[in-house]
Amino acid sequence: MAITEQEVLAGIKEIVEEVAGVPGSDIEMSKNFTDDLDVDSLSMVEVVVAAEERFGIKIPDDQVAGMLTVGDAVNFIVKAAN
Amino acid sequence: MSKISEPLATRHSQILGVGDYRPSRVVPNSEIVDLIDSSDEWIRERSGIESRRYASADESVVDMSVAAGQKALTAAGITADQLSAVIVATVTYPFQTPSAATDVTLRLGNPNAAAFDISAACAGFCYGVGMASDMVRTHSAEYVLLIGVEKLSDFTDPTDRGTAFIFADGAGAIVIGPSDRPKIGPLIWGSDATAREAIVMQPSWLELRNPNGLGNIGWPDIKMQGQTVFRWAVYQMAPIGLKAIEAAGITVDQLDVFIPHQANIRIIDAMTKAMKLPEEVIIARDVRVSGNTSAASIPLAMAALYDSGEVKSGQLALLIGFGAGLVYAAQVVELP
Repeated sequence: MAITEQEVLAGIKEIVEEVAGVPGSDIEMSKNFTDDLDVDSLSMVEVVVAAEERFGIKIPDDQVAGMLTVGDAVNFIVKAAN
Repeated sequence: MSKISEPLATRHSQILGVGDYRPSRVVPNSEIVDLIDSSDEWIRERSGIESRRYASADESVVDMSVAAGQKALTAAGITADQLSAVIVATVTYPFQTPSAATDVTLRLGNPNAAAFDISAACAGFCYGVGMASDMVRTHSAEYVLLIGVEKLSDFTDPTDRGTAFIFADGAGAIVIGPSDRPKIGPLIWGSDATAREAIVMQPSWLELRNPNGLGNIGWPDIKMQGQTVFRWAVYQMAPIGLKAIEAAGITVDQLDVFIPHQANIRIIDAMTKAMKLPEEVIIARDVRVSGNTSAASIPLAMAALYDSGEVKSGQLALLIGFGAGLVYAAQVVELP
């Protein structure tokens, strides 16, 4: 069964909360990881690796640079997982 | 037909003494920030580094090696003339030949020991521990002086936001000799050479020879892809550390100390978490006041743990080095 955008967003919220201590309620599709959520480049790597494990996908390093917002990450994961 | 006689039976090896040399000049973040448009807080958050040491212009890789080596010999209770071999792990000795090790052994007063350098970047010290241990075990050497040393300030671009606040200078040394029981665990080592572009020193010496080179292409310095290295270091190296623990015949619960290469506090913390090390394990965090000294960082961190009284003789420590290549090596050792 295909994974939905809502399910991925819920997973990302849990991961970002765990890695960077950002409350899940602050995490929305439009939020910028660096500017809005204070997730720096190294924390972003931890988020990416946790997302890979959780959703069973691979996120190459060259894709990570393009994931500026939560929405960018969610869209990539939904596409990769389905 | 004559035959080569059987070799002597292998024996055990141990670390006999540790020595360090930290250049006297302390460089706080405030000295670094202007050229990289950064702040003390930014550097601390991303690396844990509060300050580092830089050697002076007339303080060489060999000067630092000799100072650390002498301390290690004293700690081990042996003299330089007892050394069979001197190994220097470094990537910042500014001559390709003769080796730094030959100058070190000469200045220590033993011009006849086997002497050579190894180029394994931040893994150089752990590569050296494995090699020196095997040399002792197979009777190629009685006592080996192993030095990890770097003067990275000579090869760091002070305007590079990815490296300027990280790299630093220093030397650490150990003496390895025979033991009546195993005190150095099996070496787990290897590389991921497909990622050799992740940390590079450029341009090459040949490019510099071009009379139009210097000034146009700049001095060779080290560039690093931070995210790629972080990901590899944390998630590929944690299993290597666990393999070294298993190979030593112990479990994580029996480990007393973790002395990883002091690359970045974030790597150290994430790796500790990924390995699920028990809270009681003492973690070396010398990077805070020493920066990343590549091949020197593990023996410097080991010496700092003795100085602070956090470790004692007989404890089991996991060492793991990883860096440019990408190369890695890990082993469990019993602290002297």
